[in-house]
Amino acid sequence: MRRFTYLVPQTLDEAVSLHESYGDHAKYIAGGTDVLVKIKEGKVAPEYLISLKHILKQDRPYLNQETGELHIGAFVTHRAIETSPLVKLNYPILYDAVKNIGSVQIRNVATIGGNLVNAVPSADGAIPLIALDGKAQIYGTKGRRSTQLLRFFLGPGQCDLERGEILTNVIIPPPQDRSAGAYVKHGRRQAMELPMLGVGVQLGLEEDLATCARARICLGVAAPTPLRCRQAENYLSGKTIDELSLTEAGKIAGEESRVRDSIRGVAWYRREMVAVLVKRMGMKALQRAKLKEQP
Amino acid sequence: MSREIAFTFNSNKIAITVEDHWTLLHLIREELGYTGTKEGCGSGECGACTVIVDGMAVNSCLYLAAEIDGKELVTIEGLTSPDGSLHPIQKAFVENGGIQCGFCSPGMIMSAKALLDENSNATEDDIKDAIAGNLCRCTGYVQIIDSIKSVSGYYQKEAPQVVAWKNDEDDRGE
Repeated sequence: MRRFTYLVPQTLDEAVSLHESYGDHAKYIAGGTDVLVKIKEGKVAPEYLISLKHILKQDRPYLNQETGELHIGAFVTHRAIETSPLVKLNYPILYDAVKNIGSVQIRNVATIGGNLVNAVPSADGAIPLIALDGKAQIYGTKGRRSTQLLRFFLGPGQCDLERGEILTNVIIPPPQDRSAGAYVKHGRRQAMELPMLGVGVQLGLEEDLATCARARICLGVAAPTPLRCRQAENYLSGKTIDELSLTEAGKIAGEESRVRDSIRGVAWYRREMVAVLVKRMGMKALQRAKLKEQP
Repeated sequence: MSREIAFTFNSNKIAITVEDHWTLLHLIREELGYTGTKEGCGSGECGACTVIVDGMAVNSCLYLAAEIDGKELVTIEGLTSPDGSLHPIQKAFVENGGIQCGFCSPGMIMSAKALLDENSNATEDDIKDAIAGNLCRCTGYVQIIDSIKSVSGYYQKEAPQVVAWKNDEDDRGE
């Protein structure tokens, strides 16, 4: 591999100031499963790699006891999210997504922050986090700031990070009552493959466990950036969740999507699959929400 | 740049100088001379380079040597006993035809070991998940899955007990 100097700062301030000193010659690295491949392929050639692996000794998602928010450090590995009992219980939509990213070997090393800042349209991690109304916390020379994760994605490979800024955390609001979600990665195989389509549905139910109080329908690879289908969400709101309403919501979501032809699939097929999978994930979310409420 | 690191390699403590741009795979094969770990794709797709770091399976081709500092590394060479006898997982691969050309075997076996160390009662689904990142172009995976199943406690418990007939000595009551 091409030579570089590996810098291992212990704090965010140190990392940001190293990046300031070396500018374009430096690149941040966390798990390295994308950055090292890009270096090997000659797509990037940094002289300095600034590791974020040793900052913030926070290796698992944790619950903020005061606010009830789930904090996921950007340098948490996919495997740590996958094996977190907290995530599996309260945020199954996130579990669905991370358990099929890459392979065990990749998930043991690759971080959720790395998945997000790459901002590829097919990143599985982003969809459930957006469906859960996640916020991104960012740190840079100008200090700390926060943005809705949905707005964090600006285009393929482009995210809302100024030069030298670091994504430090994703914060998920406390789970709503009677809520659950489900995510599916649609492709030719589950492991070691980018999705042809990613569909996440998060539902909050009224006390009758049938009427939709709030819906989030998020799509990956259906537009240059992760997409929230607001018309489909609005359609579901206040309606009884069943096959009929979800079929209609799926159709609306398909119309809202901006799918295109690519090597992994053609647009018309993707649009039809949006409709099918929104319905399936909606039914799964409904079942999960009901199951959670059972005494 | 180079740096001094110290880590545990197959139960032996070692200290060595590494270059920042070396991968763990380079360190293992080219510097330490242990060639059991293979390089396949070099980009994390094939799993031939799988080793165990602090109990977790990782692709050594995408892991910087500098990051092994202070950690515990196990490669395929670390599975065999000092007297040369094979590890139960290795034996299982030999006995069940889990090995044909042998190129994927070290990585496959390390993935299996990481799984069984964590969950000694792994089911077929657990096994498929654990080896999803290991490509094999010979076996079609069936024999590999059978090999790992044969050492998983789950199948030993589940397997129905088979009582064989004993020659003619005990045919009373038949």
